[in-house]
Amino acid sequence: MPTTPSSQNPSESPETQGAEDTMTEEKVPFHKRKAAKVDRLAELMGDRSDGGHGAGIWREAFARMRRSPMAITGAIIVAVFLLVALFSPLIAPYSPTSQAWGSEVFPNRNEFVGPRAENWLGLDHLGRDMFSRMVIGARQTLMVGVVATLVGFLFGALLGGVAGACSVLGGRWGRQVDNAIMRVIDMMLALPALLLAVTVAALIGPSLTTVMIAVGVAQIPIFARLLRGAMISQGNREYVLAAQAMGVRNHKIALTHILPNSMGPVIVQSTLTLATAIIDAAALSYLGLGNPNANFPEWGTMLSEAQRFLSSAPSLAVYPALGIIITALGFTLLGESLREALDPKLRK
Amino acid sequence: MSSSTPLLAVDDLSVVFHRRGSGETRAVDGVSFSLEEGRVTGLVGESGCGKSVTSLALMGLLPDRGVKVGGSAVMRLPDGEADLLRISQRRMRDLRGSQLAMIFQDPLSSLNPVVPIGLQVTEILKRHRGLRGNAARKEAADLLYRVGIPDPTRRLNEYPHQLSGGMRQRALIAMAVACRPRLMIADEPTTALDVTIQAQILELLKDLVTEEGTALLMITHDLGVVAGLCDDINVLYAGRAVETAPRRPLFADPTHPYTVGLLGSIPRLDAPRGESLTPVRGSVNDNIAWTDGCAFAPRCDHYTMDCLQGPPPLVEVGDGNGGGHVHRCVNPIGHADVVDREVLESPAVVGDDEEERG
Amino acid sequence: MLRFIVRRLLQLIPTLGGLSILLFVWLQRLPGGPEYALLPDDATAEQRAMLRRSLGLDEPVMVQYLAFLRRIVQGDLGTSLQTGRPVLDEFFLRFPATFELAVTAMLIAVTIGLPLGYLAARRRGTALDFAAVGGSLLGICTPVFFLAFILKVVFAERLGLFPSAFRLSPGISRTDITGFVVLDGMMTREWDVVWDAVAHLALPGLALASIPLAVITRMTRASVLEVMGEDYVRTANAKGLHRGTVRTRHVLRNALLPVVTAVGLLAGSLFAGAVLTESVFAFPGIGSFVYIATQERDYPVLTGFILLIATMYVLINLLVDISYSLLDPRVRAQ
Repeated sequence: MPTTPSSQNPSESPETQGAEDTMTEEKVPFHKRKAAKVDRLAELMGDRSDGGHGAGIWREAFARMRRSPMAITGAIIVAVFLLVALFSPLIAPYSPTSQAWGSEVFPNRNEFVGPRAENWLGLDHLGRDMFSRMVIGARQTLMVGVVATLVGFLFGALLGGVAGACSVLGGRWGRQVDNAIMRVIDMMLALPALLLAVTVAALIGPSLTTVMIAVGVAQIPIFARLLRGAMISQGNREYVLAAQAMGVRNHKIALTHILPNSMGPVIVQSTLTLATAIIDAAALSYLGLGNPNANFPEWGTMLSEAQRFLSSAPSLAVYPALGIIITALGFTLLGESLREALDPKLRK
Repeated sequence: MSSSTPLLAVDDLSVVFHRRGSGETRAVDGVSFSLEEGRVTGLVGESGCGKSVTSLALMGLLPDRGVKVGGSAVMRLPDGEADLLRISQRRMRDLRGSQLAMIFQDPLSSLNPVVPIGLQVTEILKRHRGLRGNAARKEAADLLYRVGIPDPTRRLNEYPHQLSGGMRQRALIAMAVACRPRLMIADEPTTALDVTIQAQILELLKDLVTEEGTALLMITHDLGVVAGLCDDINVLYAGRAVETAPRRPLFADPTHPYTVGLLGSIPRLDAPRGESLTPVRGSVNDNIAWTDGCAFAPRCDHYTMDCLQGPPPLVEVGDGNGGGHVHRCVNPIGHADVVDREVLESPAVVGDDEEERG
Repeated sequence: MLRFIVRRLLQLIPTLGGLSILLFVWLQRLPGGPEYALLPDDATAEQRAMLRRSLGLDEPVMVQYLAFLRRIVQGDLGTSLQTGRPVLDEFFLRFPATFELAVTAMLIAVTIGLPLGYLAARRRGTALDFAAVGGSLLGICTPVFFLAFILKVVFAERLGLFPSAFRLSPGISRTDITGFVVLDGMMTREWDVVWDAVAHLALPGLALASIPLAVITRMTRASVLEVMGEDYVRTANAKGLHRGTVRTRHVLRNALLPVVTAVGLLAGSLFAGAVLTESVFAFPGIGSFVYIATQERDYPVLTGFILLIATMYVLINLLVDISYSLLDPRVRAQ
């Protein structure tokens, strides 16, 4: 399709275009007349290549997200969080563990230090700089979220992918395999995510690794079910039948045709899981299964430690809580708007 | 039946959608036609040409927000005339189902999956005719019987998923005719059905029009349906009528290149072996704004510079006695020999006897 | 219908069986073996050996597993390390409190969430919709135990509107019939007890309701929006039906189907959530008990709790499936 009339046909003199030369049309040679009408048509049709038929669903989704205030808010929150987490050692003014002002804070006498010039967010119950702890904590929190999501994503996608591929392409045997895997998934789903996490934490003792693995394991059944469902619905499409009819090998169909088309919901879920993981990690810390090592402040641990002083020094709990809530909100907003942007029902 | 004013006179109807971010879209742009009792009028065109939007606008079923409807649609009602596009929503609700009814394209999705067929028929009887209880059930069974559903009393308790496609469409027709509306709009009523069922449904619609004297607005992309059913035909392209004519002149002597193209794309049994179909090239998206010229020009084999100089007017075909045959074309096709007499004269698409299913 | 229920019950067997294997392996893998879970830390080696013998830990794994299974089926979940009493008895004792709390939370979530989600869908794009969506996202993103603390500090400690702990005010006299305080109070017409119990349920109930409330609101909104765009709703409008009829019979009836499933699944998660809320309000239910068990590594209680939750989840799922088949004729037909 021609893009612009002028670039289309450089040999054409510009004055053959436009309305004024209709009277003189008889005098123009036939081939020129034809070219003129083609040019005029192209001009009227305008530039159709943008937003056209070739754009993939991902590009289309991002174009839609750029206009959504929900997506923009989420993206800004996530971007700020990531920046703070990545550059935290540069941002934090003090060491998060140094009890430099320990002599000024007396929790048993309800004496705390609020925000002041040298400590922007005040001091915690041991006289450590709250701002530095929050900034360093962002990095730990990000790590918990990312590792937990990766654990859930990898194992869940593996289980769900195998189940889905077997169900679609494996014939009767495949359906048996699918059935067996789904029974295991059902079993995992029967345990509420938090309980599953408690179980894992109880198995390997409290630590940050425990929290990450525990929260991740709890997400496995969700990822597995999502990917399996998406693969089965893709597997019933005509293009899979066409690929089979052309003799493409089964594992190739599963990997190159079905899987890429089924990843949409899983990627959306990953974004949402980042939020869930951060919240669940906080809950595990509250249950005493979190990181006992005070050298690495993590928002969940900070929050559960600060609960004791909630009546006398609420800000100690409120800062990490706000950090958790806002970050989780950012990932949730991003995930939800991505889900909306990818939803074929909302696409027109 | 003849009266000085038509049952429904649609004049210069336009529907403009406003959407955030992408400006406005003129889905229907100055369409005029009229409907008479006992006659079938066809709106023909590809998907996206504005025919369904036209019907939804007449029924008042367009969304409340983001749509602007212009023009007028004056309907003759028992208590005087009223412009369907101007009356209150409350009054429109009273008219829908009783004075004007609609049959939709996909019978499965158009029926509520969790409500029994019986209730879906009786609810309209209760609303507009005040029938309740057993009287309503009896009438509903009668209606289902009239549209050719066997064993109607049993069907009343069944759910849509238990019925076949044809049965579902019959049930929808039963709901449409329940209150003897004077105007029915059928939006692609046969598209989702098998060919044999299509013929039965079209025959049923034809009978209803002849027996009840209902005016039927038939919306379709299928010229075969049009040839067998419609008395008057409006061909729509990109929101405007490009050719309007009674059935005979339209099929015998189509003048607009788009109509000719549509007729050329119908498969024919008497075509020479091996002759390929000639589809209209391009898609409905390849058009230009009507204000700049003929919207069909990008897909037209006959367009000239004249086609691109502003909107072509709707003019009468020939020397003024074309018998209501008008088109919107500055470079019409003189004599396109696309359809011969026999096709027109045979009742064609409608099957004779229906297969009874139970 | 009966066949359907029986079939679903049979499907439970592999799930619960697998779960029991998981738990068995878990108990085996506990540091030092299961006898640590059953004996105090200062037990002597002799005591341990005796316990190992008496528990049959010197037998083959398969025999041990079958014995473990037999104990569970007989309702023997072991003895709590905190109290020294059978775990099942402890659960029974605390069940009414947690059940009352869960019911309160679900009532709050459903009575607010359904209408709010429906209104948000009908007034899409308005301030109400924005508030409903924003509020529910915030609800999902707020750690439950933190919300519980905030509610306690603000409404109980600062404003003094509600009691901050326990099921009943100390010193109030009540007749115990079923263990359900509110129910007993109603049966004996001790309205002061009912009022007192409800006041004690309000804050933990609200905290526990936060996530179900958020999920139900969002789910109802999405579902109503989807159904409002369905062809059959357009048909109902084309029939000229009254707005009320279209909304109840055609929109709500279909839109609530997925919400029923969600409510069922959320009900199962309430008991797990109770662990996080009850402890904040010192509410004497299963949640508080399990909270202490996680701190004290009281493994028999944890095992028992996981089994309890899993069984409940599975039973609630069954109930959801049955109610779904009653509500949706398409499912019934299969």
